[in-house]
Amino acid sequence: MGFLRNLTISQQIGLLFVVLFGLLLLVTVIAFSRTLLDRSDAEMTAHEQFKRDLRAVWIGAVLFWISWVAGGIVSTLLFGLVSFLALREFVTLTHTRRGDHRSLLLAFFIVLPLQYAIAASQRFDLFTVFIPVYVFLAIPVVSALGNDPQRFLERTAKIQWGIMVCVYGMSHAPALLLLELPDYRDRGAFLVLYLVVVVAIAQIGQEAASRRLRRRPVARAISRSFSWRAWGIGAAAGAVAGGLLYWSTPFKSPWGAVLMGLIAGGSGTLGEFVMHALKRDAGVRSWGGKASVTGAVGLLDRVAPLCFAAPVFFHSVRWYFGI
Amino acid sequence: MKLPEVAGLALAGIARLITGAQGHWYGAPPKAEQRIYFANHQSHFDWVLIWAALPRDLRTVTRPIAARDYWTSSPLKHWITREIFNAVYVSRQRTDDEDPLEPLMAALRNGDSLVIFPEGTRGNKVDPASFKAGLFHLAEAFPEVQLIPAWIDNVQRVMPKGEVVPVPILCSVTFGKPLTLFPGEDKRGFLERARNAVMALRSVH
Repeated sequence: MGFLRNLTISQQIGLLFVVLFGLLLLVTVIAFSRTLLDRSDAEMTAHEQFKRDLRAVWIGAVLFWISWVAGGIVSTLLFGLVSFLALREFVTLTHTRRGDHRSLLLAFFIVLPLQYAIAASQRFDLFTVFIPVYVFLAIPVVSALGNDPQRFLERTAKIQWGIMVCVYGMSHAPALLLLELPDYRDRGAFLVLYLVVVVAIAQIGQEAASRRLRRRPVARAISRSFSWRAWGIGAAAGAVAGGLLYWSTPFKSPWGAVLMGLIAGGSGTLGEFVMHALKRDAGVRSWGGKASVTGAVGLLDRVAPLCFAAPVFFHSVRWYFGI
Repeated sequence: MKLPEVAGLALAGIARLITGAQGHWYGAPPKAEQRIYFANHQSHFDWVLIWAALPRDLRTVTRPIAARDYWTSSPLKHWITREIFNAVYVSRQRTDDEDPLEPLMAALRNGDSLVIFPEGTRGNKVDPASFKAGLFHLAEAFPEVQLIPAWIDNVQRVMPKGEVVPVPILCSVTFGKPLTLFPGEDKRGFLERARNAVMALRSVH
């Protein structure tokens, strides 16, 4: 660990590049060689699903690398675009009415760009309160001007919730990149990678655990696989991944990295659970990348854990360093 | 590449960014055959959505219908409809000596594909209004041209009547099986069948 921590930035980045893309390449080759075998239909569907997930990981990794190489502004723009696409999907799933038109325009074309602009300018105090305070008050005003009292509170709440998850949550990822920590200049991207990896590992851990354990689900109507024990195992897997990545983090001790991994992994998998509830509410049955009529399934599933984990992680890091 | 082509690509890109503009083809693959697409009509955005959902090489041969008095009233409107969309202009005022369908017939004789909205006007109900007779007359005059029904979903949420700026919401266009006019079928029966064919696409998943 000490050896890894003492490498220069460029050496660490080079190492990460080799490890990340080497692993991906290895998994892809194995997956490809397995397509040559004869298997049953159920296995084939599972395999198709896996291939879709793998493609998403590839796209994510390449985008991530581009944003890393291009620097803070480009990655802020990139996360902003993902935020836009996620919010588009969210709004498609919720039933908005005619009177919401102006509030939605406000959300898409004013709130979203402003939030990312504030993140890019590194004014983190304003960044933290802009959406929860100012936008929270502005949206119902614009909605009320839409002159439609029917289900007013419900509609306003949905829009606000969408902005909180898709814009506010997501914008904390580029903010991590731009956060200036002691003795950690130009390494913000490692922190984002740490977050992404920890959340992904926690998700995989929880998924595997719930398949093995077959515990009684906590909320059967929402998710058939979510149980507290599986959640705990997922968070623990995140903590282990966090500990292993200690060398790339600014935390003062390995235990700090483990604790942060636990927090990020635990909140990420809870985010996925909430997204299940949302999909059930919207009446979406197909799950995991299979397009519905409007094609509104896929991205939101994948970014939701990150949207939940990023703000929690971001503020934990700020408290940890007292900034 | 010329300016109209670039502007067209940019416009299709914007439409895709805002609505996704997904085309689902059931029963007829997107091919460069001569076709008349007919669809439900709820928003000014409908034509752009169908156009953006078509593959790029089909866009150049597929033409919309535009009201002459409105779409030639300013140089910009005229340029957009003429250069980018290659629209077929029709006049809304009826004159006795002129068949209102004549420009459409001319385009079809020329081998172009058309997109028409047989309701005639934008509706705001769940079901489309009853279809106008134009579709029947075109089917009668050009039996070899494929008639493809299309259902446009969700677009009324993107740009409700009276609004100018579209909200980003995912939409889809579902294209169905080609419809043919039976020998001796009467106008009423055919138009009802065409309307049902469009509505049936709503529940195709």
